[in-house]
Amino acid sequence: MRNIWTIAAREFKLYFSSPAAYLVATMLLVVMGIIFYTNVVGSILNQFPPNTQVVLGPLVTLLLFATPAITMRLLAEEQRQGTLELLLTAPVRDYELIVGKWLGGFLFMLSILALTWLYPIFLNQIVDPGIDQGILVSGYLGVILFMGSLVAIGVAVSSLFSNQIAVFFTTLGVFLVLWLISLPTQAMGATGGELLRYLDFSEHFYSTFYQGVIDLSDIIYFLSLTALALFLGTMSLESRRWR
Amino acid sequence: MIQVEGLTKDYGLRRAIDGISFHASKGEILGFLGPNGAGKTTTMRILTGYMPPTSGKASVAGYDVIERSLEVRRRVGYLPETVPLYPDMTVFEYLKFMADLRHLSQVEDKVDDVLELVHMEDRADGYIANLSKGMRQRVGLAQALLHQPEVLILDEPTIGLDPAQIHEVRDLIQDLGRERTILLSTHILSEAQQVCNRVLIINKGKIVAEDSPENLRSRIAGSQRFRLAVLGETEGLEKIIRDVPGIKTVAANDRSVFEFETTPGQDVRPLVSRAVVSAGYDLVELYPIGLSLEEIFLQLTRDEPRAPEMAEVDDLLNTALDEQLDQPEEDASELKG
Ligand SMILES: Nc1ncnc2c1ncn2[C@@H]1O[C@H](COP(=O)(O)OP(=O)(O)O)[C@@H](O)[C@H]1O
Ligand SMILES: [Mg+2]
Repeated sequence: MRNIWTIAAREFKLYFSSPAAYLVATMLLVVMGIIFYTNVVGSILNQFPPNTQVVLGPLVTLLLFATPAITMRLLAEEQRQGTLELLLTAPVRDYELIVGKWLGGFLFMLSILALTWLYPIFLNQIVDPGIDQGILVSGYLGVILFMGSLVAIGVAVSSLFSNQIAVFFTTLGVFLVLWLISLPTQAMGATGGELLRYLDFSEHFYSTFYQGVIDLSDIIYFLSLTALALFLGTMSLESRRWR
Repeated sequence: MIQVEGLTKDYGLRRAIDGISFHASKGEILGFLGPNGAGKTTTMRILTGYMPPTSGKASVAGYDVIERSLEVRRRVGYLPETVPLYPDMTVFEYLKFMADLRHLSQVEDKVDDVLELVHMEDRADGYIANLSKGMRQRVGLAQALLHQPEVLILDEPTIGLDPAQIHEVRDLIQDLGRERTILLSTHILSEAQQVCNRVLIINKGKIVAEDSPENLRSRIAGSQRFRLAVLGETEGLEKIIRDVPGIKTVAANDRSVFEFETTPGQDVRPLVSRAVVSAGYDLVELYPIGLSLEEIFLQLTRDEPRAPEMAEVDDLLNTALDEQLDQPEEDASELKG
């Protein structure tokens, strides 16, 4: 536990001195702001009160692009600069290293997420009886779980390469596949698509958390996905030793 | 403290080390001497738990490096060949991070202590990115010393240092070696000779010799290399020397000077001088020549019989020796600082 925290704390602090991390955070907030503004103006023109979904929708999509940029360096950079040898010969277990890296990235993503609270707070001011608190809570819970899985996948992919650009695109590719994997099932009809639909990120978000519903099976889905990715990341790190 | 038996490591089809066995006891500074690509780094990486061997056994500080890897890693200080540093941390932050990973108490005192040991006290708050190569090397060494390890494994610790720093680091290593076990790799002969109690010479993944630096020299030098000079005509002389029983090799150095090597254990000088004189040549000089450590190294790491690809090893050796000569220039700027 102690090692996990030591590693996570180093990563977390490092993001705050990294221009790239600030850039990603700023981009995310600015793009969200533009979409937020457009949506709010649009719903007011249509005499339709805007709700938290005008924040959640773009947020989830933007996370698919922002997360790989945050996680790409976690292990790739260690390999590139030779410090992985330091960590792998320190008295640290491989899983502690992986989980520590995950925690550091996840905590930083949570800090960015905290800033996006500005939008629902603002929305609450301008909408008359106030926004639907249920959707706000379930939506953000869903986003946090979803983000945990994204960061875990990012760490696992980062253990594969020493080139951050390669890590970025591979991670993004994995995210998009998991985001869109149930699309073909719509053409296939109900049968045969069950598994693909189960694997799909969006299936576990849009029909539940996004609608104000908290379903245990979705929580289990995201937690297992996170655990699986961290496990695969640990395996990948261990296999480096055997090469 | 270090026990190695039949250690072998394959990278795919390439065998990097091949059945290496050796041991090092407490208070010993063991030198690992060999050209680039000999397998020094590979061996050290196995001993530090970075990767497992393909076959063979090794234990460090009483623990098996495969079965009890974490115990080994707790007790070893390791300075890898490419010094592993985080450029975006300060020296202090970096050492504190490593101390935390090792669960040390009184971290700040320990960091101060090792910084003093490597003479970097005044750079504790500087970013690693701004340090010179020599200073980085010393920060890497500081990291390896933080937990006062019983065993220190140093992969080419003086690479990239200026002469004054090399001297300093060698002194430091000798100091540390009094109560610890140190395994140190180098491709610089004089370094192995100066610093180590015992030297292993490794080439192409095999240990080709193991001895004290002095014995190593005398084992060959005391053996049997002589220089012979005649006046005037030398036509046919080479063959005459070669035909003397006990002569291994003969080479004409220049027109009237020959060098020959003999098998150990017998003094062939009387036979040679008699043969040369009775064949009618004017023998003026016949004396033993010692081998320099460079020549010992060359000889021990040379394949038998000499194969065409040996040119490659010789090139490597030459670059190794060139690097040795180049070193004084490196980091010269630091001398002023
Ligand atoms: N990661 C690796 N993958 C494949 N081959 C390697 C790897 N590391 C080293 N080698 C090869 O193993 C041999 C020994 O290398 P090394 O242990 O680095 O030697 P040294 O440290 O004595 O220079 C060399 O031929 C090198 O090319
Ligand atoms: Mg090496």
